Amino acid sequence: MSHKVSLTVNGTAHTREVEARLLLSDFLRHDLGLTGTHVGCEHGVCGACTILLDGVPVRSCLMFAAQINGKSITTVEGLSADGKLSPLQEAFRDAHGLQCGYCTPGILTTMTAFLAETPKPSEGDIREALSGNLCRCTGYQNIVDAVKLAAERMSAKP
Amino acid sequence: MSTRSFGQPIKRNEDARLLQGKALFVDDVELPRLLHAAFVRSPHAHARIRGIDTSAAKKRAGVVAVYTAADLGDYWKPGPLLLPPPPIEGVVFNERTQVPLVKDKVRHAGEPVVLVIAEDRYIAEDAAGDVVVDYEALPAVVDLEKARDAKTGFVHDDLKTNVAAHVRQTKGDYAKAVAGAACVIKRRFLYDRGTSLPIETRGVVAQWDGKADRLTVWDTTQAPVFIRNGLAAMLNLSERQVRVIAPFIGGGFGPKIMMFYPEEVLLPWAAMKLDRPIKWIEDRFEHFFATTHERGQLHDAEIALSKDGRIIGVKDVFLHDTGAYDPYGLTVPINSQCTLLGPYIVPNYDSTFTALFTNKPIVTPYRGAGRQHGVFVMERLLDIAARELKMDRAEIRRINFIPPDAFPYDNQIIYQDFAPLVYDSGNYQPILDKALKAIGYKQFLEEQPALRAAGKHQGIGLVCYVEGTGIGPYEGAKVQVQGSGKVSLATGIGTQGQGHYTSFAQIVADQVGVAVTDVDVVTGDTDQFYWGAGTFASRGAVVAGNAVNDAAKVVRQKILRTAAEHFECAEEDLALSNGAVSVVGVPGKTVKLGVLADEANPMRGAVKPGTEPGLEATSYFGPEMGATAAGIHAMIVEVDPETCTLEIKKYVVVHDCGTVINPLILAGQIHGGVAQGVGNAFYEQLVFDDRGQLLNASLADYLIPTALDVPRMTLDHTVTPSPLNPLGIKGAGEAGAIPVGPLFAQAIEDALGLPGQGVELNEIPLSPSRLWELAGALAKIDTSATRVR
Ligand code: FES
Ligand code: FES
Repeated sequence: MSHKVSLTVNGTAHTREVEARLLLSDFLRHDLGLTGTHVGCEHGVCGACTILLDGVPVRSCLMFAAQINGKSITTVEGLSADGKLSPLQEAFRDAHGLQCGYCTPGILTTMTAFLAETPKPSEGDIREALSGNLCRCTGYQNIVDAVKLAAERMSAKP
Repeated sequence: MSTRSFGQPIKRNEDARLLQGKALFVDDVELPRLLHAAFVRSPHAHARIRGIDTSAAKKRAGVVAVYTAADLGDYWKPGPLLLPPPPIEGVVFNERTQVPLVKDKVRHAGEPVVLVIAEDRYIAEDAAGDVVVDYEALPAVVDLEKARDAKTGFVHDDLKTNVAAHVRQTKGDYAKAVAGAACVIKRRFLYDRGTSLPIETRGVVAQWDGKADRLTVWDTTQAPVFIRNGLAAMLNLSERQVRVIAPFIGGGFGPKIMMFYPEEVLLPWAAMKLDRPIKWIEDRFEHFFATTHERGQLHDAEIALSKDGRIIGVKDVFLHDTGAYDPYGLTVPINSQCTLLGPYIVPNYDSTFTALFTNKPIVTPYRGAGRQHGVFVMERLLDIAARELKMDRAEIRRINFIPPDAFPYDNQIIYQDFAPLVYDSGNYQPILDKALKAIGYKQFLEEQPALRAAGKHQGIGLVCYVEGTGIGPYEGAKVQVQGSGKVSLATGIGTQGQGHYTSFAQIVADQVGVAVTDVDVVTGDTDQFYWGAGTFASRGAVVAGNAVNDAAKVVRQKILRTAAEHFECAEEDLALSNGAVSVVGVPGKTVKLGVLADEANPMRGAVKPGTEPGLEATSYFGPEMGATAAGIHAMIVEVDPETCTLEIKKYVVVHDCGTVINPLILAGQIHGGVAQGVGNAFYEQLVFDDRGQLLNASLADYLIPTALDVPRMTLDHTVTPSPLNPLGIKGAGEAGAIPVGPLFAQAIEDALGLPGQGVELNEIPLSPSRLWELAGALAKIDTSATRVR
């Protein structure tokens, strides 16, 4: 049985018929072609699939597309505008906060929301906030440094 | 050579794409009429198949095909042996490689039995659930010693043994030498490793284009060229008809180089048969069974020393778990056997291993590839020896180092690359000095009694290792100046996050005088570069890097020659920079590289005999043997004796990987390696029951370190360039992961004062609960100080 959903993704409105069991992660990736959102476990642990649902980070592998009628989503593709990196993305590049880049979209969305709430985080705050996202490449140190750098730069700007 | 970007912490070219979600990973490939595959996998570790009923699955709407082993006909063949055993006298090797679909007997849980192809993945999985397989469960071979003694039957019945391999390598005469020893220490060590667990699982997309007569395969492989060649042979195509693309890969760490996984063999075949493209993406549960592991070894080892702590010899007899099949030959146990020797002079060595088949997933190299096991044994033996001889742990290591004037140093045994185990270069004392200083070794030992008295259980650890890196056979690279003035570089290796798009670009940029961002690197596309071996054994930067350098040098010469003709001047008067060639000292006399590229490819006239069109060159590099990197890790840890949890106070890595191309990327490699080492030492274990069932096949149960578990690391380097390649590079991909197990054991022992109470930590992985079990009886004594606090 299918359901009609209308939603906004990265500012663009979509209306689709979806099967009740279609995961939100699959809907974003395969129905909308927004493959920046990655899937690493489909059981809610790795955090690679994290998106912002009305500004709040959620794991898209733990939701059905049918649940998001009327909501607004931001994926990694929506974090930068016209190819210009966001301050957080820029800091990830400067601090070498990514290697294979597979975990990165979920970390960027999670940290975008975190920095909005915690503009001046300590290293402990950052590690705590990051601890729900698994990265197998970086050992986290440069990710922590990237988030710190972004926070500094963002709070230095008026 | 200008050193503009080589050696500099250049930001990565690939990041902008990755950060915006624009990079192509295998699961991002979408094609018209794409079908999706799912597999029926055995729930049993060891079972005979009595029958398979696929009728219900075939009837389900949306199902396109259902295949069993019987449907494969002649295409059903065990996979190739990737590496034959090295030429060691008396080696026993029983080759048994994985099969595409199980025909008669299942040999590990998760082995694929039926392939289902449907219009979408959801339907394919529904249909996989419709298949009924009649299994006759058999007792599983799980325990290594039981496997050796064949108490629980055979994994491969026709062999009448579970022995996959038996190898003895010796140097000197241990039996004789031990008679003169002042101190002999014998211990049993258990070293287990887990799964590499890249955050991206494996995946394959195969597309047959009947009009072009060509097959294209997107594959999460570390070795696209080998996959291309193998698929061509299996499918009766010529290599030119097959294109394998390893696009962005979400981490590899070894298992993604295991070649001819069943899914890699089956999808292209089915895509040709059905004349429709097919995608299979491994789910995380499948990954725990379907992707190879690295697992346990059981060592009975002894070390003989003089009374002043010099090593007289080491004897080691060990069992190695190779899993249900052994397609990767002896690489892992040979690495254990060879790497055990470390940076030390070991005049007599007697090492024997037996690799055993078990009813568990296949074992192939995972970052470190068996080196961990050997380093653990040697470093633990030295720790115990230091205690027995009342020596300092750092001192016993220092006095046994191979001195800097002894290189090249021949260990007189054979390494995994079939070459003699010769260390090309090294200088270990400066590494130790830096590590002791960085960790504050002396100061900590002075403070330790006061910390103890204050109820703080802090300990220090320090371990050494060497790593054979950058082995042959060869890699190649093609450098080409484009009409746009940008430079393209193609190489055959795949990349899984190591920053090749940047480090290789740096090498080219310096040679031809362009910005690093103007070098467009292509890796892992067999249509872009035909030859190569793959990304493994910390060899990308060493082997491909040197090929890139050579090709770029040739292109530089061609640029200068073309520019000299352009300006009618001597090549010596020209300088390359900013993507252009200028005549030195004559302002305005400048020509852009793109213009020269066009001039080198004229539309009229003739290219002169003996010259070639374009500004292009292809070069290959093959080192005669591997370059040996070395390093030391040290840490200070605090253990809570009541919960057995750890707080790592300080973690230091001092490493010598020869010349460094990009320190930013190198640091990243070390950080990531240490994180995986930490996981191996204290968090990760594949837990099998006695029926061969993996009990923790999910990320909720198999714990990899999070940002709260990996310490901040302090890195330092020494540089002993390798004489084996013009750039002087040694590999660095695995170094971070190798010595963490013995470091944890040593530092935790020290923190809890365990040896004084008759407890040694001679196994890895540890965990809070395992540590409690091992040291628990002592916790009563040990926590008294905590309670006072
Ligand atoms: S894919 Fe959603 S948390 Fe891992
Ligand atoms: S960068 Fe590879 S998983 Fe995080």
